Amino acid sequence: MTTLQYLQAYWWLLIAVFGGLLVFLLFVQGGQSMLLCRANNAAERSMMVNALGRKWELTFTTLVVFGGAFFASFPLFYSTSFGGAYWLWMLILFSFIIQAVSYEFRTKPGNLFGTATYDVFLFLNGLVGCVLLGVAVGGFFFGNEFTVTKTNLLDASAPVISTWAPSHGLEAIASWRNLLLGFTVFFLARTLASLYFINTIDGSEKFLLRQRRSVLINGAVFVLLFLTFAFVLLTSPGFEVTPQGIVEVPYKYLANFIDLWWIGLVFLIGVVLVLGGVIGSVMLPDYRRGIWPAGIGTFLVVTCLFCIAGYNSTAYYPSTLDPASSLTIANSSSSEFTLTVMSVVSILAPFVLAYIAYVWRKMNATPITEAELSSTSHKY
Amino acid sequence: MEDLMSVVDWSRAQFALTAMYHWLFVPLTLGLSMIVAVMETIYFRTRSERWLAITKFWMTLFGINFAVGVATGIILEFEFGSNWSNYSWFVGDIFGAPLAIEGLLAFFMESTFIAVMFFGWKKVSRGFHLASTWLTAIGASISALWILVANGWMQYPVGMEFDPAQMRNVMDDFWAVAFSPVAIHKFFHAVFSGWALAGVFVIGVSCWFILKKRNVAMAMSSIKVAGVMGMFGMLMTLWTGDGSALDVARVQPMKLAAMEGLYKGKCGQEIVGFGILNPDKTPQNDEDPYLFDISIPKGLSFLATHDFNAFVPGINDLIDGIELTPEGDTIHTDSYARRIEIGREAHEALRRFDAASAAGDTAAMAAATADLRASYRYFGYGYLSSPYDAVPPVGITFYSFHIMVILGGYLLLFFVVVLWAVFRKQSWLNNRWAAWIGMLTVPIVYVCSQAGWVTAEVGRQPWIIQDLMPVQAAISDIPASTVVLTFWLFALMFTAFLAAEVCIMLRQISKGSNAKYE
Repeated sequence: MTTLQYLQAYWWLLIAVFGGLLVFLLFVQGGQSMLLCRANNAAERSMMVNALGRKWELTFTTLVVFGGAFFASFPLFYSTSFGGAYWLWMLILFSFIIQAVSYEFRTKPGNLFGTATYDVFLFLNGLVGCVLLGVAVGGFFFGNEFTVTKTNLLDASAPVISTWAPSHGLEAIASWRNLLLGFTVFFLARTLASLYFINTIDGSEKFLLRQRRSVLINGAVFVLLFLTFAFVLLTSPGFEVTPQGIVEVPYKYLANFIDLWWIGLVFLIGVVLVLGGVIGSVMLPDYRRGIWPAGIGTFLVVTCLFCIAGYNSTAYYPSTLDPASSLTIANSSSSEFTLTVMSVVSILAPFVLAYIAYVWRKMNATPITEAELSSTSHKY
Repeated sequence: MEDLMSVVDWSRAQFALTAMYHWLFVPLTLGLSMIVAVMETIYFRTRSERWLAITKFWMTLFGINFAVGVATGIILEFEFGSNWSNYSWFVGDIFGAPLAIEGLLAFFMESTFIAVMFFGWKKVSRGFHLASTWLTAIGASISALWILVANGWMQYPVGMEFDPAQMRNVMDDFWAVAFSPVAIHKFFHAVFSGWALAGVFVIGVSCWFILKKRNVAMAMSSIKVAGVMGMFGMLMTLWTGDGSALDVARVQPMKLAAMEGLYKGKCGQEIVGFGILNPDKTPQNDEDPYLFDISIPKGLSFLATHDFNAFVPGINDLIDGIELTPEGDTIHTDSYARRIEIGREAHEALRRFDAASAAGDTAAMAAATADLRASYRYFGYGYLSSPYDAVPPVGITFYSFHIMVILGGYLLLFFVVVLWAVFRKQSWLNNRWAAWIGMLTVPIVYVCSQAGWVTAEVGRQPWIIQDLMPVQAAISDIPASTVVLTFWLFALMFTAFLAAEVCIMLRQISKGSNAKYE
């Protein structure tokens, strides 16, 4: 492997890591999708909102960094996907705009639209954000309808190099396989949210019981959807870079798991951790740390999924219209110089993770209770 | 793409809308975070509960403003991909890096420590809390640094070369990008203007307290901190503005000419202090550019070069490729018509390279590369139909620049008077008229701040990357109707949230005026 190939592989790993972190942190969105549940009384809802509200910016920031890292390391993806699947990404962005203001505004006097409106915004972000991010990632495996022609740059009347199907991302939302992944992410986020509530909120027995039941129900739906997705993925064809060009190969992702067996192993460990967190939280009445194994497991599973999407000569963003236009980590990356610069900067990432972990630990040392909330000067 | 220009114009409108809304909230975040950090430092050193209450009051307003800034900020990043996809490929190798560094180094710092700032009063030590407040403020400024490095690079592309095999630019000197003088001046100019804006905001709100005779002592204390920081920010804004003017004269002379509505330049060029443009004036006719103007002799020459007698080219001079020496000798450089020819030669060389590459003809590739290198500096001109296409909208650029300068002068005077009054003669601030002036200066500082960005961004049109890529070559392949729809959705959403923020702010200010600070 050349230095450039090492750097491309390293940056794909970082993208995978950010993707894994993002999906773990989507527990915030999962929790938001539960806020309108009538079973929760006002005090419980307040504790749930504040538990999520103290973390929403981490999810938001991770999404922004995920996008920024993609732009810096694989600009052809940024150019092709965002400009092509316009409606898909716009809907995701709209859902995150309404989230950003909702926590700060929802209980403030004079907020114009009332608390219920902002709670609906949070719900919409919880539902749409999770499902459509899953749909967007589905395109990494099941393909999209686009072409890339770099010489278009010299056509003054139509200079765009990446062109997409006329529905501009709506067709991706209509794809059942993408939606399958979208709803898998959604129910995973809801499961993680309940685990997070159990860990963070010192609520009544009834509240905790309800959350454990939520873990059971959402967890069961998630497992069902995940197994279906895994079956579909492992039996789907993928696109591979060969000496003859980029060609469709049957069972490509199954082959990737076999060829890259260590990724498959980590993937399985991740699955076991998620199941362990879910089952432990349902079966053991005093167990409140299920978010950690399930969260770490989520991180590992998603990271591995990104890895098998891009490694082993796989086109990580297949074009179903023109396989030659498919994006690979080799043909869509930044230059060796830029990837080297960015790699030097990425040395700081563990330091960033360390201070996030330290602050998380400090801030979550005291569980959220009604008394704790009433003594806080800033609450949502 | 039948509706190419329509897509371009609506994409520009959408980006401008998002950027202008974003810039309503960001300067207050940049400045108020620093003011709050200073206030908390005073509390930390004095242990005064009064300063703790003052800090918490301004922190609440900071939090309300911060949320909408975050919401509008995420859109800007993703709009580079969604609406300017060609741009994202053409320079993503250079432009993406500052955005990623911003996210990793600044956003995480802000989002992590802002949680401590708001929720950590009883969870962490006072020292840790103070450090978190400072880290939030510093994180906001680091974020601005990398954004302005990216913006500065668009206006003065350095540290890169064109790779014909990939049909894009690649970075070859990171430090040239990160420490470009244009970027550094822009960073300090923008950040310190945020300090000035936040200073006026705090003074304006405090003046309302004084007008209502509520918590006057708290208001005076707030004015002292905001006045000192605002004044410092204002002086630094003026200083760095001077640096920015020198940069513009050097690397974007057409922008400078548009800022002044100058068509034919001369040595010892006067600057228009106040003027009304003649709407019939175009580069193609001989009409007088102004209906009315008050000018300062030799002012523009000094502003542009720090030499009272230097030549400053006008719009027509630049189009014709004419420069003058201080002695008045004529120098001919590349006219814009010639630049268009050279740009098209660059396009042709790139086509030849592509054909040679497909045929595996290395000799032809080398020849095409050599031709491309010789002509690449005007690559973007190859997309233009006429030299006049390279002239930005003169009216908007001229008026926004003059509004910024005139209001900037007023703001300097405002800070001088406020500082003198608050430290020497507080009875002045107790007058109703003084309080009203303080309050009415708040919208003025916002107009000044917006005018600065309009000058910078409209004045560089049609270039998304100076001389290398005009906006019409940078867009995405989406129908104009799609962008029209998202434009209005954004407009509706941002306006609704702005209205909500203003209402919440007013209620919080009213609530704060009745709180106890002693």
